[in-house]
Amino acid sequence: MAPVAPFVRVQAEDFELSAEVERLAAGRSDIGAIVTFSGLCRDEGGTLSALELEHYPGMAEAEMTQIANEALVRWPLQGLSVIHRFGKIAPGENIVLVIAASSHRQAAFEAASFVMDYLKSRAPFWKKEHLLDGSAGGWVDARESDDQAAARWQPK
Amino acid sequence: MKLIYFAWVRERIGKSEEDIDLPSSIRTVGDLLGWLKSRGEGYEQALQVPQAIRVAINQEHVQHNEPVAGAREIALFPPMTGG
Repeated sequence: MAPVAPFVRVQAEDFELSAEVERLAAGRSDIGAIVTFSGLCRDEGGTLSALELEHYPGMAEAEMTQIANEALVRWPLQGLSVIHRFGKIAPGENIVLVIAASSHRQAAFEAASFVMDYLKSRAPFWKKEHLLDGSAGGWVDARESDDQAAARWQPK
Repeated sequence: MKLIYFAWVRERIGKSEEDIDLPSSIRTVGDLLGWLKSRGEGYEQALQVPQAIRVAINQEHVQHNEPVAGAREIALFPPMTGG
């Protein structure tokens, strides 16, 4: 079996979930399970006008590729796509997409979860809040629970 | 050597990147953070809690005890909040 190359993209524009699934699975009949995760911008109880996503060009792609390749080593995947947006993103819009395809569901579920957990603590992106009342929102603080989520994938 | 700053580190220092000749006494990332802190108020504000600063050398994550010798590009930034 040919090694699977992950599809990794960092982009300002939106993505279309069904088109990305199609890109990964089109013309194939060996895939038994596809798990998609999309992360969206919340309105934080109606107070947020937008999130501004800053990233480290070059390193963001490299880090996402490294995480995706690690997932491909750990699970028997038939395809893996990771897309992360940057720039200003309004509530309700997409931020991130992970698609994992495998013969069976367990590998697809776990790989998608692993990629998201690692991406949150290792991919160089930072969120700044813009508030509806016009006041300057702050930078979103990293959550310790995200580090803990990544740590659960470390060998015991 | 090129230094790059992101998010609130960039805002507090007041620039997104700069070229700096490092004194030869600076051997590790930790040394660099300590030295930069003394370069002015913005640096002081950005780097007042060195443990909070994440660092990448040549676009790869490193710890604060990493040597800086041979680095082309060192980036300083807060813990990441993507996803």
